Order: sequence, then structure tokens, then C-alpha cells
Amino acid sequence: MAEAAHRYDETMPLEYRTEESRLNILGFWIFLGAEVALFATLFATYLVLFQRTGSGPTAKDLFEVKDVLIETLLLLTSSFTCGLAIFEMRRNRLSGLLTWLLVTLLLGAGFITFEIREFIHYVHEGATMQTSAFLSSFFVLVGTHGAHVSLGIGWMILIIIQLLQRGFTPRTARKVFIVSLYWHFLDVVWIFIFTLVYLTGMVI
Amino acid sequence: MKWSEFFVTGEPLIYAADVAIVLTIIGIVFVLTYFKKWKWLWDEWLTTVDHKKIGIMYIICAVLMLFRGGVDALLMRAQLTAPNMKFLDAQHYNEIFTTHGTIMILFMAMPFIIGLMNVVVPLQIGARDVAYPYLNALSFWLFFFGAMLFNISFVIGGSPDAGWTAYFPLASNEFSPGVGNNYYAVALQISGIGTLMTGINFLVTILKMRAPGMTLMRMPMFTWTVLITCVIIIFAFPVLTVALALMTFDRLFDTQFFTMANGGMSMLWANLFWIWGHPEVYIVILPSFGIFSEIVSTFARKRLFGYKAMVGSIVGIAFLSFIVWVHHFFTMGAGPAVNSFFSITTMAIAIPTGVKVFNWLFTLRKGKIRFTTAMLWALAFIPNFVIGGVTGVMLAMAAADYQYHNSYFLIAHFHYVLIAGTVFACFAGLHYWYPKMFGHLLNERLGKWTFWLFMIGFNVCFFPMYFLGLMGMTRRMYTYSAGLGWTPLNVVATIGAALMGIGFIVLCYNIYYSARYGERDMTGDPWDGRTLEWATASPPAHYNFPITPEVTDLDAYWVMKKNGNGLEVKEEQLKPIHMPSNSGRPFLISIAFFFAGFGLVFKWFTLAIIAAIFIILGLILRSFDDDDGYYISVDEIKRTERLARKGA
Amino acid sequence: MGANNHHESFPWKHVVGFVLSLVLTFAALWVALSSGLTAKAIIGVIVIFAIIQASLQLFMFMHMTESDSGKIQTINMAYAFFIAIVVVAGSVWTMSFVL
Repeated sequence: MAEAAHRYDETMPLEYRTEESRLNILGFWIFLGAEVALFATLFATYLVLFQRTGSGPTAKDLFEVKDVLIETLLLLTSSFTCGLAIFEMRRNRLSGLLTWLLVTLLLGAGFITFEIREFIHYVHEGATMQTSAFLSSFFVLVGTHGAHVSLGIGWMILIIIQLLQRGFTPRTARKVFIVSLYWHFLDVVWIFIFTLVYLTGMVI
Repeated sequence: MKWSEFFVTGEPLIYAADVAIVLTIIGIVFVLTYFKKWKWLWDEWLTTVDHKKIGIMYIICAVLMLFRGGVDALLMRAQLTAPNMKFLDAQHYNEIFTTHGTIMILFMAMPFIIGLMNVVVPLQIGARDVAYPYLNALSFWLFFFGAMLFNISFVIGGSPDAGWTAYFPLASNEFSPGVGNNYYAVALQISGIGTLMTGINFLVTILKMRAPGMTLMRMPMFTWTVLITCVIIIFAFPVLTVALALMTFDRLFDTQFFTMANGGMSMLWANLFWIWGHPEVYIVILPSFGIFSEIVSTFARKRLFGYKAMVGSIVGIAFLSFIVWVHHFFTMGAGPAVNSFFSITTMAIAIPTGVKVFNWLFTLRKGKIRFTTAMLWALAFIPNFVIGGVTGVMLAMAAADYQYHNSYFLIAHFHYVLIAGTVFACFAGLHYWYPKMFGHLLNERLGKWTFWLFMIGFNVCFFPMYFLGLMGMTRRMYTYSAGLGWTPLNVVATIGAALMGIGFIVLCYNIYYSARYGERDMTGDPWDGRTLEWATASPPAHYNFPITPEVTDLDAYWVMKKNGNGLEVKEEQLKPIHMPSNSGRPFLISIAFFFAGFGLVFKWFTLAIIAAIFIILGLILRSFDDDDGYYISVDEIKRTERLARKGA
Repeated sequence: MGANNHHESFPWKHVVGFVLSLVLTFAALWVALSSGLTAKAIIGVIVIFAIIQASLQLFMFMHMTESDSGKIQTINMAYAFFIAIVVVAGSVWTMSFVL
């Protein structure tokens, strides 16, 4: 695609300037498509099993609005601040980018903290992964999302280090952009966890 | 754990295998050391990111796995030849049909197809490599070590024995307490990750790296089928990932997904497995259709008939393949609405497939057909595959399926589809592209021997199974009594299997014979080909094309030859070529995956965690790696090209 | 291209997206807990809210349609959505017959 390379002038965002970057960003989008299928399977499993509680507690017994709402707001806000980070990057402001990435990280860490607390709370109430099919599917679905967020935090730290070392380059800009896609996507997944797991669980 | 539990003991066959494995390893190490080939192995193969070499490695592994899976098949046929045979006991038989199925689908058919994809697709679209060469190497090594992990199960710990579908509750801890099914869950997971990355890699490659002028509707048919296959891989494999993860949780951490108590649902496994499993069938069959399309068109010397209809039918299958999975368990009894819906969608798939069959037939019509070995496979494919397809439509009728389900009728059906479709395609593609890969042709005489032995053997083996199925013989039974009247047909089937085995041996001999005495391919275009891979030397230079070709039509190379332009290399047009650097990291990361997997199989979590740390370390190193590859200088390109032309 | 917002000095798109997301989140919460609708209706409404909110993320935060691969990215996500519906609805429907 030699032609395509020429179509991009200096006014294009930095993350799109090399052929490699454009390929990587597209590849990551495709990967997110695969992630949709992955989470869809976990949701399917959960929705098939969520009323099969055996002798264990039901969703209604366990879920509490307050905890879930705090987690939701933390993650939603972190998605917003992550968007601001990209906004700053496209204005060529390294300090702004770093600040918002750091805020995103902290909000993500807050989310994970609350989620772990929630899980520990359930376990103390005798609701473990081994208790019933409902709880197995609940812990694996929500846990997989949490594992993704944790991975995202580690990944973002690596990228912040690289930004500090190297500043803005097509390579670092592309990495920031890709991690931002990942982060927003995790919020998309959470929206459905919030809706199909927690809200639905409190209704039925 | 005692050593006697760690190693599989008590079977003479297994001891023989132990000895064979140890001797092979010693032999390989000795040869590499004696000929001082360790550095060559590392530099040229283990660290390579060249799609052609990766493709060749895939194919070598696939042929080895074909051997392993084939031996399993022959053992099964030996056991079933006569009633009340004592050759294998029930447990051993269970293990063998499980590994046969798993290996043939996941470690033979898929890597064979992916290997051909690797070799051919970048060449067909005029690209220098795939979109992510490093990732491509990682894909291969993950597949390789996944396959190795699965294969060691029969000497260490014990093979999985719950069938290749590993249905619950049979595959649960309660009924399969050994480590066999842990191997199944973990090894498939590791190689599955590799396959998913291959899907993404080739999708982006095909969408973004085509030579200028090659619009989507000018792509060779094989490339089209690979494109759609990638889409199916990308959306089907995550389902397998999840299903296997849930199985792993059930088996290692006592969760309740598929258990018989506390709300678990065994049939949910079957559901998830087939949501992946049915698209998987299309993952191995669509590229096969692509291979046959290329071969039929080349050796009939005609443009493929109905190109657009072919593309349309392939795209249609991308949708349909995801909405038929329940036909694998009609007998679960999910109510008339569900069974009718999936019955109809299943039959609907016959329409796009039928379109393709007619396209091949009309391509052949009035063509100047050359009966090469590759063409023979393609010609044999059409009637044999139609037999498999028609019996598939019979199985698609939910009510009738209650009769056919899990009988030898089903066995015959899917072997007619998978062997006549995929295996024939692999052999056809191997003969067709062999000169492109290795620079010499496979011997045609021996090739035709392989063809006739294997093709006749295949029919002799599997055609009687339709009738065995109708006579009531069910799948996975390890023996039967004499009074049932199944003996004659079983004897016939075993004879067929032996013929197939002999065909395979002839193929292996052909590979050896052709390497020594085979005709060199000096032109790079031994078949008078139509697509761009034949515009390169055989084997192609590392960078594939010195100058990126300009495409003006379908059958790009054919048109170039007709018009006599676009072929010669004008030295003044050469520019330095950017290529990716080799890396040993994919190999090393995959070894770490192997140990992590091994740790999980035996619940040695310390080992698993240590290996996982190495994996993460590898990923971090990759993140900080800023190797941008290197440039091949114009002088070097000139030298390579002159040398290639002097050969011609 | 949609990627030229680096000329703007205030991230309007993001702020609007964020506010809408908050509104949808609280609306879903209200519908679920205090609206008094039937369970089926509640689930229908909150799922629609979720889909709208997910689209906000994709279009306003993730710039799905930008770059010369925008079309591919959009088709990819649309197909992923198709698969998600097939897997979830198909599994729930089929497995509803298991006792």
C-alpha cells in the first residue's frame, strides 16, 4: 500500500502516520471483535445458568445497588478520562496526556479494589465459585472482565514508562491509542455486565 | 504422585512408543550435532518470521500429525475387523478414538490448511510478508507446543478418553478422574490462541496489503476463501477459548458449570462446543474449496466459472455457518421450534455449497484438462464430496436424525466431507504448490499411485460404514458380537483403511524420492499458472517480489503473460526493501506456554505460575523492543535476481 | 475523517458522551428499581439503554469510523454484534429446554 502512505500528511494524528501503526490499529479493532465473541459466550453461559442456583444464594440475595453503582461510575469516568488523554495527545500535549492517563489508572485501580472487596464479601457470605452454577458463571464472567481491567492497568503503566522515556513518537502514540481502545472497550463490556448481570439480577 | 502414575505403564504398545520417542530424540540431537546444524536450525527456522518458512513448518507438523492420527485410525480398524477382538481393551480404544479425532481436526487439518495459507496468500496478493510477521511466528509456535503437549499425554499421565467432543458429564472429574482431559482442555487452549492470532493476521494482511490494482473482486479464489475463513476463525475461536476455560475451571477448581449437581448443566458444554465446532468445519473446508478452485481453473486452463456467485456463496457461508450448530444435538430434544429452525438453516447451507459444485463443473466444461496429480485430487473431490454433502442433508432432517444420530452413518458422512473435502485438498495443494515451496516438483508417477491407492482405499473404507450405520452399528463401540452380521462390511472397511495407509507411505516416499531425484522447477511457473505466486522464482526470494506487481484483472499473472508485460525486472526501478527482523522470542514464549500448560494439567501450580511469569516477561520485552526491521539493499536484490534468472 | 478534532480546544464530544452515559446509567437504574414495569419490559428497556451507551463509546470515544480502515472497523463490530446476539439468544433459547 505504497499509495496509502502518501495520502497521510503531517496534519494526520501521529498514531496513524506509519503503515505499521495503521495495520496495528486495525488489527486491534479486529481483536476487539474477537473479544466481543468471547464475552458474548460468557454472557450466554451466565444467562443460561443464572437461575440455576442449586442450594446457594440467588442474585437477588447477593447484589447490592450501592457497590455496583460505585464500580460503574468509577469505570465510566475512567473511560471518559481515557478519552481526554487521547484528546490531549492529538493536541500534542504530553503533560496533559500523562495526567489523564494517570487519572485513568487510578480510577481503574479504584474499580478493581471495589470489585475485589465485593468478591470477598460474597465469599464471606458463603457464595463461592464452587457453590452453584449461577455463582460459577457469575464469578467467571465478572472475573474475566476484572482480569482484563487489571491487565489494562499493567499495560498502561508500561506505556507511561515508554512515554516518559521516549516522548511522542509514532510508535508511542500508536500504543497509547491502542490501549485507549482497549480501555473504552472494557467499559462497553461493563455496561452489559451492569445491565444483564446486576440490574437484571435485582429485578428477577 | 508416584512415577508409575506419572508415566503410562502396562501396555506393550506404549512401551514401544516410549522407546521410539527416546530413539527419535536421540537421533535428531545426534544428526544436528554431527552435521553442526544447531545454529542453522536456530537462525533459519526457530527464529524465522518469514511466512514461507512458517508455512513449511506448519505443513511438516501437519504431516507428522497425519501419521499419528492415521496410526490411531489403523489401530481402531484393526480392533473392529472381527467381532470380539481382544487387540485393544475398552479404555485404550476410548483413548485412541479421542486422540484420533482431536489430532486430525485440530493438529492435522487446520495446520495443513494454515500452512498452505501461509505459503500462498502473501504471494497471491503480491505482498512481501503478512501484516504481523512476529505474531505469525508466535501463532505457529503456540500451535506447535500445544500439539506437543497434547501428544505427550499418551506416555505421560494418560490420554484424554471422553471423545474429541469431550461431552460432559463424561469429561468431568467424576467420570474421568485422570489428567487426560486436562491435557485436552489446556493443549487445545494453547494452540487455539495461536489460531485466533493467525485469523487476525491474515484478515488484516488480505484487507490491507494487496498489490496496487488488486481490488477485492480481483482476488484469487483461494485468497477469498482464506479471507472468509479468517472471519470465521476470529468469531468462532473465542467461543472455544471460553468453553475450554470453563472446562478447565470445572476440572481444576471444582466449579459447577457442567456438573450434575448444584445447578450445573452438562448440555451447555455441548452447546458451546458446537457453537465453535460447526464454524470450525467451515474453517477447514472453505480454504479447501479455494484450493480446488485454483487447481480446477489452472488445469482446465479456463477462468473460474461464476466468480461472483462463488464469492457470494462463500460470504453467505460466513453467516450460515454460525446458525446451524444445534444440528449436532437434535437428539437432546430441544422442542420442535428449535429443531425445525436449525434443520432449515442446515439444509440452507447446501445451497451455497451446491452453487460451488456447479461452478467447478462449468469451469471444467470445454476446458483443456491436464490430468496432473493435483487435478486428479480435485476431480475426485467433486463426486466424493457430493456423497458426503447429500448424506449431510439427510442428517439435517431433525426427525430422521434421531435414527442416524451417532451411528456409523454419521461417521461415514463426516469422513466423506472432511477427507474428500479437506484431506484431498491438502494433498492437492501440496502437489500443486510443492515446487513453489521447495524448488522441485513431486514425482507425478508416485503422486498418481498415492492418489489411486488413497482415493480407492477411502471409498472402500468409508462407503460400507453408511450401511453399517443403517444396520445399527453405533459410534465409539470398541467391539461387537458375531451374531449382528456386521463382520463382512467391517472387514471391507479395514482393507480400505490399509490401502489409505499404503497411499500415505507412498506419499512419504515420494517426498524423499523427489528431494533426491525430483525435477527442478527453473521457471517458477511449472503449471502455467494464473495467479501471482507463479510470477516469483521457486522458491521465492526472501522478499517475494523485487518490485510490487501492478494488477489489472482477475488471474493477474495469466493476463501479464498474455500481454507480455509486467514480468521483467527493470533494475533501475529497484528500491531498498524493508523486512522484519527474526526473533527467538515467539519460540521461547511458546515454550513457557508449554510448561504453564503442563503445570496446569498436573495441578502443579508453582510450575504454572513460574512459566506464566516468563510469558509476561516475554510480552514486556516485546513492548519495549523497538526493532524496526532492516532494509535489503538494491545491490543485494540485484544479485539475488540475477542468480534466479541465471537458473531460469 | 473525524480525526481532526485536535484543532478544538475543548473536548465537547467527550463531555457530551460522558454526560449522556451518566444519564443512561441512572435512567437504567431507575427503570430497574423504581419504575414498576414488568420484569420483561424492564429488561427490554435497559438492554436498549445499554446498546445506546455502548454505541456512544464506540463512536464518540473510540472513533470507530475514523482512518482509512473505518469501514472495515465498523463492519467488524457490526458482525461481532451479530455473533453476540446469535450466541446469547441461541444458547438461551436452546438451553431453555434443558430441565
